Amino acid sequence: MKGFVRLIAAAALTAAGATGVLAQAKEWKEIRIGTEGAYPPFNNLNAKKELEGFEIDYANMICEKMKVKCTWVVQDWDGIIPALLANKYDIIIAGMNATDERKKQVDFTTVYTKTPIWAISGKSAGTDISPAALKGKAIGTQGSTIHANFLEKFYKDSTIRLYPTQEEANLDLANGRLDYIIADSLSLEDFLNGKGKDCCKKAGDVPRDATIHGPGTAGAVRKADTELKAMWDKAITESIADGSHKKIQDKWFKFPVL
Amino acid sequence: MFDKLALLGFGDGGWGLALLQGAGITIAIALATLPFGLLLGLIVALGKRSENIVLRWLATVYTTVFRGVPELLTLYIIYFGIQIVLQQAWISLGLPGNFSMPPFVAGMVALGVVLSAFSSEVWVGALNSIQKGQREAAAALGLSKGQAFRLVVFPQLIRVALPGLGNNWMVLLKETSLVSVITLPDIMFITTRANVATKEPFLFFGAAMLIYLFFSLISAWGVGRLEIRANRGFATFGGATR
Amino acid sequence: MNWCEYPGYLLGSEVFQNYGCRMASGLWVTFELVVISVAIGFVLALGLAIARLYGPRWAKVAINGYTTFFRGTPLLCQLFLVYYGLGQFRLFWQDVGLWWFFREPFYCALLTFTVNTAAYQAEILRGAIQSIPRGQFEGAMALGLHRWSTLRLVIMPQAMILALRPLGNELIVMIKSSAIASLVTLFDLMGATRLAFARSFDLTIYLYAALIYLLLVEVIRRVWDRLELRLTRHMALR
Repeated sequence: MKGFVRLIAAAALTAAGATGVLAQAKEWKEIRIGTEGAYPPFNNLNAKKELEGFEIDYANMICEKMKVKCTWVVQDWDGIIPALLANKYDIIIAGMNATDERKKQVDFTTVYTKTPIWAISGKSAGTDISPAALKGKAIGTQGSTIHANFLEKFYKDSTIRLYPTQEEANLDLANGRLDYIIADSLSLEDFLNGKGKDCCKKAGDVPRDATIHGPGTAGAVRKADTELKAMWDKAITESIADGSHKKIQDKWFKFPVL
Repeated sequence: MFDKLALLGFGDGGWGLALLQGAGITIAIALATLPFGLLLGLIVALGKRSENIVLRWLATVYTTVFRGVPELLTLYIIYFGIQIVLQQAWISLGLPGNFSMPPFVAGMVALGVVLSAFSSEVWVGALNSIQKGQREAAAALGLSKGQAFRLVVFPQLIRVALPGLGNNWMVLLKETSLVSVITLPDIMFITTRANVATKEPFLFFGAAMLIYLFFSLISAWGVGRLEIRANRGFATFGGATR
Repeated sequence: MNWCEYPGYLLGSEVFQNYGCRMASGLWVTFELVVISVAIGFVLALGLAIARLYGPRWAKVAINGYTTFFRGTPLLCQLFLVYYGLGQFRLFWQDVGLWWFFREPFYCALLTFTVNTAAYQAEILRGAIQSIPRGQFEGAMALGLHRWSTLRLVIMPQAMILALRPLGNELIVMIKSSAIASLVTLFDLMGATRLAFARSFDLTIYLYAALIYLLLVEVIRRVWDRLELRLTRHMALR
């Protein structure tokens, strides 16, 4: 029992000590980045439990530009903003769209990706994807994404099904429980080239709605950390101007993501 | 088929090691929670049967709250809420740096509190099944209240409570998957990551099921042994009629 | 304003007002799923527990396997395999005329929840029946009671005293487990709350959800106290 108590005390102190150096120095020498690790090809864990993906390479490059040491924390999507606010890390780089609802809680940096939105369907379905044409059809997408908000606003007469991840929606399109999926082109293209090759096809491009989709994905920081936001804004803008953004983009994608 | 199975292996691109480490975290957090949750549950159960009305009321409120509040919220309050409070205290005490709640401790406390609320109900049910006469007889034999509990009531209690506590343990074992929201890479955390990376959900959900099943089989065996031990010298309707 | 927006409006919570209707329909999903699955599960569990104790050997082994499997693996995985796994055999289900059942998320969730809770309840009832001393059975025999009458009139009333609270636990666990149904696009109270939080990132929405859950648990607790008083009316407690 005594040993157990000592163990816990030691664990608590180490954890406190490890993160302790940061808060005092307002000059950022070390930045902790929170990500989900479940959103390929932007950020995901591989079998060795290492992070990989476009955002991992990109943020590491930005850190080099800013001459700071960056460490990564993998955090489930559900707790990703609370953990930022509880000072578990300093910035979120996790494919997060800079929407108005989120801006009430956090500040966003300059946008670093903005990708097309697609509708996909079974092979025999029509290519008219206007709300009127999809009346009564079953449309699926991932629940906690902006695409869900989009569907609920514009496709009120369709049956909307919200899934925990994109994978489940893809499975149900292949099963025939869904007629359409509306989501980010990058994850859908992956599916159409792989498991969805025989069952499904692209049905059309979905126009971006400024209020719902927002300007694109960006880093999220605590509202108090204005210097941090300024540092990232500057480095992101630079990376787009000097071609280092494009270099990493070409490594991961076949078409531009900004 | 076999190239898919390689994804569960230990070679390059195989998730075997990650899954095993996840299994280690799951079992560690479950085992760390168990004694703390069961003991607290027994104390709460005794409180619910106390003569003191305040104690009784407190114990009842405790059970209602921690059975009722979603576990996710309990976990958030302990991990994020207490973190923020303690951090304020840390800074106002003038200590250097800031305080950080270790995820393992937060998970253990949250799951333990929930387990104590659920197990206290099992304890109360078992306490109810022990007739008042047992304690009266113990008192007549000159045993103190503590002795009566330890030597007369408890051995009967544990016999009756074991199946219910076994259920509590099974629920706990799977509830540990909640800790993945506070950055602990348990089985389900690894499984979801592997699903999105490999797009083989059936393979990985199947593997996760087998790991949990393995733990459950060991637990069932262990609980069975304990039941036999607790039932020795006791002829039951169920066990020995044939 | 819809009726379901009023609680949030009265409490002055913008997020609770915005997502009040979602949470109300979530509460209804929770209610439907839990009441139906726990009720059917209880009937199944009674049969399983009795067969597990007094049935032929093969039945004991089979029921043991059943309870171990369903108690031993996560409900999430079970539901995934039933809905997405069985859903892959669409042509087969259409041939046997069962696709209407497996196409619907609600039926799949109901099926999975029922077999799952039946396993837990069977184990609770089995333990309770087993803890009744053999003397009770022998006494009933001596009075000339038939086997089934003994079970119904002598054993079960005593076993239920012991099983009651664990069964209450199981009911509450199921109420919270219904959150897993969001895996198959059914949003229960917790699913609706998580969605509200994922969009607003306002933690207070969880507190309002917690209040609703507390209310549910308090109602169950009161009903259970009544039931216990009734079952133990012949006993001198404490």
